Amino acid sequence: MKNISRWLYTAIIMFILWVIFTGKLDSEELIAGVVISLVLALFTYRYFTEKGLLNLTPKKIFCGIIYFPYLIWEMIKANLDVAYRVIHPKLPIKPGIVKIKTNMKSDLGKLLVANSITLTPGTFTLDIKDDTLYIHWINVQTTDTEEASKAISGRFERCLKRFLD
Amino acid sequence: MSQAVSGLMWYIYAGFILLGLFLLFLRFILGPTSSDRVVSVDAMTTVTTALLVLFSLFFKRGIYMDVALVYAVLAFITVLAIARYFEGGL
Amino acid sequence: MWNMIFGEILILIGVIFLFLGSLGVFRMPDVYNRLQAGTKCTTLGAFSTIVGVGIIEPSWFLKSLVIAFFLLLTNPVAAHAIGRASYKMGVKLTEKSVVDQYGEEKDE
Repeated sequence: MKNISRWLYTAIIMFILWVIFTGKLDSEELIAGVVISLVLALFTYRYFTEKGLLNLTPKKIFCGIIYFPYLIWEMIKANLDVAYRVIHPKLPIKPGIVKIKTNMKSDLGKLLVANSITLTPGTFTLDIKDDTLYIHWINVQTTDTEEASKAISGRFERCLKRFLD
Repeated sequence: MSQAVSGLMWYIYAGFILLGLFLLFLRFILGPTSSDRVVSVDAMTTVTTALLVLFSLFFKRGIYMDVALVYAVLAFITVLAIARYFEGGL
Repeated sequence: MWNMIFGEILILIGVIFLFLGSLGVFRMPDVYNRLQAGTKCTTLGAFSTIVGVGIIEPSWFLKSLVIAFFLLLTNPVAAHAIGRASYKMGVKLTEKSVVDQYGEEKDE
């Protein structure tokens, strides 16, 4: 039962991508898309998803829709920050590597936290070991693990936890 | 009127992108370690993806968007493979 | 008409960020800082350029969104892979660095 739900979830995502890429809504195209995505999903669902159709509850979709504009806004701030440092003739940087703790349990959660950290102001993820993330920070403000966690990843985890668990 | 404006815009876009690619290529030649070269190649592939999408607008051919997508996928795999090779795996 | 102007502005912003990212890769002192500039600025620059093209030609909008989100997902992963690989290869941090807790962990 669980596997069927994972299979259907993969097929739905593949079919949406098929419709976007062919760009037509003829019946032949749609039938070919359904058949091909069902067959391909049969081979790939075990690498693609863990929870299957449970990912499509309205609450999660809503949190996802909230999360992406927030991420893009953070990216814009990050880029203005880096652009300022690049243009400034003296290169005002104070780089270093700090470690922080994350509360996320699942692999997908850790991936999303790491990606978000990489795209936001002045930080990128160097390595992950269990629940410890090693962050390269372009302008180190604190070397304490607790404070650094709060400053870097605290804001994301609040939204992502609701999105994933 | 709008034709002339967008004709001028194309020169600005091409100027910025070519200048950026030139700087990245300079870093590719100068870079003291091989990691620096991979960083510049990674940035170059992203710039090239954007350039391919701009080409598809310039020539009004939708099929070039697919070229850009396939290029992005292949560039990602290339960079990952090089990084694995540096770590001693592969 | 308005979508033309909005799209051109988005493309212009994106192109400027692509240039700034390249300048950052050229100017920064070591691999990790180069990755910072190279990943952030080029990702947002490419994102803005591609979405701008999608806005000018509405029939390509969904396809351009797929390319843009693909870049948004994969660029940080590539940066992370390069960063960790070059740390394991023994590339040194620049002299300006203040702290290196990753190296301390390795020594213990």
